[in-house]
Amino acid sequence: MEGAMYSDTVMDHFKNPRNVGEIENPDGVGEVGNPVCGDIMKIFLKIENNVVVDAKFKTFGCGAAIASSSMATELVRGKTLEDAWQLSNKAVAEALDGLPPIKMHCSVLAEEGIHKAINDYRVKHGMEPWQETAPHAHDHSAHEHGDELTCGH
Amino acid sequence: MGEKRIIYMDHAATTYVKKDVVAAMRPYLTEQYGNPSSIYGIARESRRAVDVARAQVAQALNADLDEIYFTSGGSESDNWALKGVAWANRKRGNHIITTRIEHHAILHACQFLEREGFEVTYLPVDRYGLVDPVTLEAAITDKTILISIMYANNEIGTIEPIAELGAIARAHKVYFHTDAVQAIGNVPIDVKAQNIDMLSLSAHKFYGPKGVGALYIKKGVRIENLIHGGAQERKRRAGTENLAGIVGMGKAIEIATADIPGHNAKISAMRDRLTKTVLAEIPHTRLNGHPEKRLPGNFNISFEFIEGESMLLWLDDEGICASTGSACTSGSLEPSHVLLATGLPVEVSHGSLRLTLGDVNTEADVDTVLAVLPKVVIRLREMSPLYQKESAGRDGGCHV
Repeated sequence: MEGAMYSDTVMDHFKNPRNVGEIENPDGVGEVGNPVCGDIMKIFLKIENNVVVDAKFKTFGCGAAIASSSMATELVRGKTLEDAWQLSNKAVAEALDGLPPIKMHCSVLAEEGIHKAINDYRVKHGMEPWQETAPHAHDHSAHEHGDELTCGH
Repeated sequence: MGEKRIIYMDHAATTYVKKDVVAAMRPYLTEQYGNPSSIYGIARESRRAVDVARAQVAQALNADLDEIYFTSGGSESDNWALKGVAWANRKRGNHIITTRIEHHAILHACQFLEREGFEVTYLPVDRYGLVDPVTLEAAITDKTILISIMYANNEIGTIEPIAELGAIARAHKVYFHTDAVQAIGNVPIDVKAQNIDMLSLSAHKFYGPKGVGALYIKKGVRIENLIHGGAQERKRRAGTENLAGIVGMGKAIEIATADIPGHNAKISAMRDRLTKTVLAEIPHTRLNGHPEKRLPGNFNISFEFIEGESMLLWLDDEGICASTGSACTSGSLEPSHVLLATGLPVEVSHGSLRLTLGDVNTEADVDTVLAVLPKVVIRLREMSPLYQKESAGRDGGCHV
């Protein structure tokens, strides 16, 4: 039922996720999401000479959340921190050949996870964290119709 | 690769149509297609067929013939019962009592009536999903005109003490409706003995066709029409009868209620093996619903640290058709209102899996699910950040 709403690329990254796991002694870690909302992503980065040399993830969530984590970690590997920071949720979703509208927040989560891991690295190294230029509040609209639950990440 | 065998364990969603039911319906699609309201020969045969089906449904419920009204299904029956009684009795009062675990056909109709000025009490349930008769009685006021409590829950399978709840309604002279969509064929129903004034049912839940159902309305109940038009169904429900559908429903309910104990013994034996094995072999699991007072085919278990849609996608990959209370499949991002009403934490509700067994299932299907499911759970837990936290001792960071 749900399978039909996902692209082949999403299903491929869901069934054969790349970069699952943890990095020992990571240089940056970012955990985003909330179990109440049904998705949590934890991104681990290994950074050498300002370049992401390894990226791994652990995710609790739906098919789109797992596929977004897999794709986002693929996309930031080998990138400079500046380039990795530029990775947008739209780029993650496009690389997955699209996500259903109600699942777009999963790609937002992936972007936020990468950002949080990069800033974790920056703060640990005495640098100012980078500011989110475009807050993603609007991308959480799918979450905002709830009555008692607020799942803005 | 050949087509994988489908293991259908979603009978609470819908069922296939039994061969005998299709055979009973076929003539009324081809030769005997007359409009039951016309007077010529083939129309009289249509009229007769509708009467036979009405008798079959009435007999299954221990109702009288003229207390059965054919509808388009469970949602129409629920909407008719609620809105019809509310509109016809608003001079007597504006208070309706239902529960937090009803189907959306009830809950959303209640919300509609609230916007029209009616007041609705949504009764809580205990951790098993049971409504407390004492709580029901305490909720009745002199403005209460209707109580609607489902017979058996579609998600967790809990069977409510309907006769007892109906007796309370009757003692207070309040109409009592029950959504019995999931109960037909699984529980012996007697509307007279169980003090039921109205009852909704839907054919496709008991091996009949989709798009046809019925509302039982006890003689004397004051109820407004929902569908206006022609004089069908004794001027209570307009629209040319769904002839083949009605015939199919009659045949289906006859088959479904012929041997309820025998049917239940077979289905619940498979379900019990599934439940017991999963609970014993997979840690961090919790049975949702009542251990005994539940529908024979219903399995509903929460698997901590993982999310339901991911489970469904993997099960689907193995040909297993299942369902979840996770938000991710509801289109709403909120988990099942039923699981939340039983007090299940939101994050655990996301990891619930419902399997509903029925007549197509075999012991071999149970074996397949028992071989596949543990692997799916392990695989998803291994990539879950919550599972890691749990094995390291919960640090509380993931709870909000």
